Amino acid sequence: MNWSGLESLLSGVNKYSTAFGRIWLSMVFVFRVMVFVVAAQRVWGDESKDFVCNTRQPGCTNVCYDHIFPISHIRLWALQLIFVTCPSLMVMAHVKYREGKDQKYVALHHGSHLYANPGKKRGGLWWTYLLSLVFKAGFDTSFLYILYRVYHGYDLPRLSKCALDPCPNTVDCFISRPTEKKIFMLFMVISSVLCILMCICEMVYLIGKRISKILTVRHENQRLVFADQHELTEIAPPRSAYRRTDPTLSDSQLSLNKREKVREGTTTTTL
Amino acid sequence: MSWPLLYAQLVAANHHSTSLGKVWLSALFLFRVLVLVVAAESVWGDEQSDFTCNTLQPGCENVCYDQFFPVSHIRLWCLQLVFVSTPTLLVALHVGHRKHRDKKRLLQASARSSFLSSKNQEEELETLKKRRLPIAGALWWTYACSLVFRVLCEGGFMFALYVVYDGFRMPRLVQCDQWPCPNLVDCYISRPTEKTIFTVFMATTSSICVVLNMAELAYLVAKAVSR
Repeated sequence: MNWSGLESLLSGVNKYSTAFGRIWLSMVFVFRVMVFVVAAQRVWGDESKDFVCNTRQPGCTNVCYDHIFPISHIRLWALQLIFVTCPSLMVMAHVKYREGKDQKYVALHHGSHLYANPGKKRGGLWWTYLLSLVFKAGFDTSFLYILYRVYHGYDLPRLSKCALDPCPNTVDCFISRPTEKKIFMLFMVISSVLCILMCICEMVYLIGKRISKILTVRHENQRLVFADQHELTEIAPPRSAYRRTDPTLSDSQLSLNKREKVREGTTTTTL
Repeated sequence: MSWPLLYAQLVAANHHSTSLGKVWLSALFLFRVLVLVVAAESVWGDEQSDFTCNTLQPGCENVCYDQFFPVSHIRLWCLQLVFVSTPTLLVALHVGHRKHRDKKRLLQASARSSFLSSKNQEEELETLKKRRLPIAGALWWTYACSLVFRVLCEGGFMFALYVVYDGFRMPRLVQCDQWPCPNLVDCYISRPTEKTIFTVFMATTSSICVVLNMAELAYLVAKAVSR
C-alpha cells in the first residue's frame, strides 16, 4: 500500500463529488501528493546526516537534532495527506451501503428499485458528504496548527543554539538546506490553505443549493394551495390542441421557442 | 502519485488535444521527465555530500551550500514539470463536465419522449462517452488559456533558474565568507561539467516545448478566425 494504492482507492470518489470536489481531489493529488513524493522527500532526505553542530561531544548532535525536530516535516505532511484524503472514503462507503440495500430490495420486490440513483446526494448521503467536507477542512486546519506550534511559526532558521545535556555549553547547530526547506514548507502550507478554502466554498455551494431547492418547493406549494383555496378557473388548454402536430414528434421537438430550438440545434454531435 | 500515474492521466486527457498537443506531451515525457528521473537525479544525487569546502569549521559547509543552492535544479525542474502538466488536467475536467451535462440532457430528453428504446439509449450514451469533443466555444477558451499558462510557467521557471544561478553554467569553485566560516573559504561543487550539460539540455527542451505551445496557440487562433 503506497500513494498509488490510495489514489486508486479514491479514483471512484470522483463520480459522487460535485465539480468543486473533483477539482479539490486533482489539486490534492497533483500539487500535494505528487510534489511531496517527487520533490519534498528528497529535500528532507539527508536531514539527520547533514545536521552539524559545532562540537565534538558524542551524543550532543543527536540530542540537539531531537530537540529541534521532534517530528520531521515530511512525516507530518504524510500524515496530513492521509487524513485529508480519507473522509472521501466515508462517502464511498455510504454509496456502497445504499447499493447493497437496493440490491436486497430488488431481490425481494422483483424488479422495482429502492433508489433510482444511489449516487445522488439526497437525504442521508447529503449529510455524509457535508460531514466529509467538514472533516477534510478540519484535518487540514489542525495539521497546519500543529506544524505552526511545533516549529514556532513557519520558519526554519539556518542556525539554532542548543544547550541540552550532554552538550558542554551553548552549541551552534546548522540545519541542512534551510532555504530549500523553507520554500517547500511555504508551498505545502499555501496549497493546504487553498484546499481548505475550496472545501469551504463547496460547503457553501451545497448548503446554498439545498436552501434554494427548499425555498422553490415551498413557493410552489404555496402557489398550489392558493390556487386550490381560491377555486381559480381552469387554465386554457395547451396551444397544441389548436395546432395540427405530427404525433411522432418527441416532446422536446414540440417547443415553440425559437431560441430553445436554435440552442438545441447547436448541441448536436459533431464527430 | 508519481510520474507514471501522471503520464496515464495526461494521456487520457490528451485525447481531446490537437496533434501538436500530442507531440508536446510525448516531447515532455520522453525528453524531460524520463531524462530527469533516469539521469539528472543521479547527477544531482550527491550534491550536498560531495560539496567540499576548504575548512574544518563545523557548519561552514552547510551555510555555504545553502547560500549557493537556495533551491536545487532538480526541485525546480520537478515543480516546473508539475505546473506545466496541470493545465491539461483542467481541460480534461472541462471536457468531463461537458460530457456529464450532455449525458444528463440526453437522459432527460429520452425520459420525456420515451421513444428511444433502452438499447438505443445505451448506444447513444456510449458514443457520447467516447466521442472527441470539437475544440469550440468555452472549451476553446479553456484550451487557449491552458496553453498560455503553460508558456508562462515554462518561461517563469527558466527565468527563475537563470536568476538564481546567474546563468546556466555551474562553476567549479565558489567562494564563501558567511558566518561561521572564519574567512573567505573555497568551496568546490561536485560534477560541475555534467550538471552544466544537463542544465543546458533541460533549458533547450523547455524552449522547444515553449515553441510547440506557441505554434499550437497560433494554430488554434487561425482555426477560430477562419471559422
